Amino acid sequence: MKWARIVAVAFLVVIGAMCLLADFIAPASYAHQFRDLPDAAPSRQHLLGTDDLGRDRFSRLLFGTRVSLFLAPAAALLSSLLAAVIGGTAGFLGGWWERCVMAATDLFLSLPWLFLLITVRALLPLNVSPLASVLITFALLGCLGWAAAARMTCSDARTICRSDFILQARSTGSWGLRLIARHVMPNLKPVLYAQFWISIPVFILAEANLGILGLGVAEPLPSWGSLLRELESFSTFSAQPWQFVPLILFIVVVSCFHLALQKQELPV
Amino acid sequence: MSQRFFRFVPLVLCAVLSVARANAQSENQLRFCLHAEPKTFNPALMADDASETVRYLTGGVLVRLNRQTQQLEPELAESWKVSQDSKTISFTLRTGLRFSDGTPFSAEDVAFTIQQLMDPALHSPTGDSFRSGEGKVVTKANGANEITITFPAPVVGLDKLFDQVAIMSARSPKKEMAVLGPYYVAEYKAGSSLLLQRNPNYWKHDAGGHPLPYIASVRLDIQENRDIEMLRLVRGEVDFINSLDAEYFDKLVTQAPAMAYDAGVSLDSEQMWFNQVASSPLPDYKKAWFTSTNFRRAVSEAINREDLARVVFRGHARPAVSWISPANKFWFNSSLQPHAFDQKAALHLLAQDGFRIQDGALRDRTGHLVEFSIITNAGNKYRERMATMIQQDLAAVGMRANVVTQDFPSLIERITRTFDYEACLLGLVNNDLDPNSQMNVWLSSAENHQWNPSQKTPATAWEAEIDSLMHEQASTLDVKKRKQAVDRVQEIVWQQEPFIYLVNKNAMSAVSAKVHNAHPVVLRPQVYWNIDELTVDNVVARNP
Repeated sequence: MKWARIVAVAFLVVIGAMCLLADFIAPASYAHQFRDLPDAAPSRQHLLGTDDLGRDRFSRLLFGTRVSLFLAPAAALLSSLLAAVIGGTAGFLGGWWERCVMAATDLFLSLPWLFLLITVRALLPLNVSPLASVLITFALLGCLGWAAAARMTCSDARTICRSDFILQARSTGSWGLRLIARHVMPNLKPVLYAQFWISIPVFILAEANLGILGLGVAEPLPSWGSLLRELESFSTFSAQPWQFVPLILFIVVVSCFHLALQKQELPV
Repeated sequence: MSQRFFRFVPLVLCAVLSVARANAQSENQLRFCLHAEPKTFNPALMADDASETVRYLTGGVLVRLNRQTQQLEPELAESWKVSQDSKTISFTLRTGLRFSDGTPFSAEDVAFTIQQLMDPALHSPTGDSFRSGEGKVVTKANGANEITITFPAPVVGLDKLFDQVAIMSARSPKKEMAVLGPYYVAEYKAGSSLLLQRNPNYWKHDAGGHPLPYIASVRLDIQENRDIEMLRLVRGEVDFINSLDAEYFDKLVTQAPAMAYDAGVSLDSEQMWFNQVASSPLPDYKKAWFTSTNFRRAVSEAINREDLARVVFRGHARPAVSWISPANKFWFNSSLQPHAFDQKAALHLLAQDGFRIQDGALRDRTGHLVEFSIITNAGNKYRERMATMIQQDLAAVGMRANVVTQDFPSLIERITRTFDYEACLLGLVNNDLDPNSQMNVWLSSAENHQWNPSQKTPATAWEAEIDSLMHEQASTLDVKKRKQAVDRVQEIVWQQEPFIYLVNKNAMSAVSAKVHNAHPVVLRPQVYWNIDELTVDNVVARNP
């Protein structure tokens, strides 16, 4: 498993580097429409062919991977922070506050999040640039994805607060923020770390789902969701097999995250 | 072991024979797919595509619009006459006809059907087309075979409206399930299929005296997934696909070119428009852009419609000219041409309104960056692609267009209630040739006057002129006068561009080689409009 993890991390690093350098590697702008070459097969000019509007698929894959791969961790960070604040305070304070927060969390978990996302997205202002839309999409994912992690954090915070070392810290006069900063948070770190890593592939998948519904990142900016939409018609299977490259990359990247995550979960 | 085996042989034989029998039963059967469950079998209440398919195949009508010639032809009525004031229509009915259950057909059934259609409690969508004014509809039967129907106010295109009116029996215990059309509903498996059997009392015969329709039964499989429908067509499990989009059509051309039919440009259009509602929450400077004719025309001329038709619809569409498609042979104003793609002319028009290019971006005379959103419904890939191409075309004249896809209910909420949008790209599915059916779009007081609906008084002089012309064409039976008025409305719309018409899609369908006499046309239903005359090879056994 160690080798598998090393390979997975190395793969993620290579893909991450390629995405960072997309501006230099991509043979064309992700938005440029070669209108005389729609749906072209792979060639020297277009390594993965062109899409239905004549846009270079390889360039779109690079930029789309950059969008999904870098903004999913950002959304995961946001949701982990929210989980830390909400779940951590609930577990630390306990009593009626914990009951209220956990009831709200349960309510949040019971909501059909995909519909919630669609509804919230429909309420947002329309006139935003594609870049803003991608930020909004992932911010929404981050803001709506904290509940499960908050439950875990709350449970852990409660256990920590009842532990002997916290009792000892309190007996030595450590209270409030100092207690949280010095004793509670360092011990919550592993669970938050694990939640962060777990959330990344979840948010990548969520964005892909939204993109497949046509409600993800706005055109012309690509993302994995919008790239995977090309596969919604299964009759393209045999006709244009190169269209599968985004799907294969998506599966491999999410699998690599899971492989990398297995090691991270061990301390928890 | 061998004894056991031979004990099973009769059972296996029985199973094989029953399958063979099922196949034999399906011979001389036409199969195709409905994309949704029919919502009702009551012809007065039908509004969805699936129910309308059932109505077309089972309902007997007094007159039928020939989908190929676009002319009315007699059906249950031998002849008919519309009064000068277009309030009254008289039918002389064929004699000796019977419903599918054997109940005789008479003028009483026509009167009953009209009564049902106009019953305010029933809210019949078909009846709505006849509601032209307050008051009661009077039916008067002169014997068993003559009937006169009088409406309280003139109804434009009155006789053509009867193409949609399936006559129901006043006396049959089977109610709406007793029909006068070529087929009757023999079996309905909810969520799965419908089986229509040949109506034994159907009145039509071919020239040789052979009873019509030729095909004994029609099986309608409920199948939402278009991919599966295509696979089933290629495998021979269904006989045709009534309406294909460009992508599937091209795939079919590569797989089975003999099956693919492109009947040419259809009545449907794709268009975009800007929000001109005075009370919308848009800033004033944007309202000023959108109400400017020069701005709208500049946007129109900056859009490459040829590219939209060629790239998005793979050549199976035509740049649109007006609100009436060229497929509508009589009403289309043939003196109009699509707006030419001319970005220099677009910039010139913008300059007339004080717009200028600054650092590669277009700004208005007060310095505001020209940026707006184009909303369209999520999930419609053709509209999303059009919007993306328009985005690039407009970028060439310095405009920044943001494409936003919305789920359909949210989009409808924005364009009909909150008016919180800037531009919208949608399509219009049109089944009716008569322009009067679009009164609810073109009158400034109409709710569907999308760019600025429900106006108390027309906001502009050209909208007032359109109101006047539409009322004029609706109040006369003189076809020449009507045509002049409709032509003028098309000219005004072409000049003012409240709707920027983009393309008219082609009507494409797929028909198996097993089906004969099929002549797909642009009007719905494209393939089976002449269902009576279709035949299907019955030598090929189908998959059960």
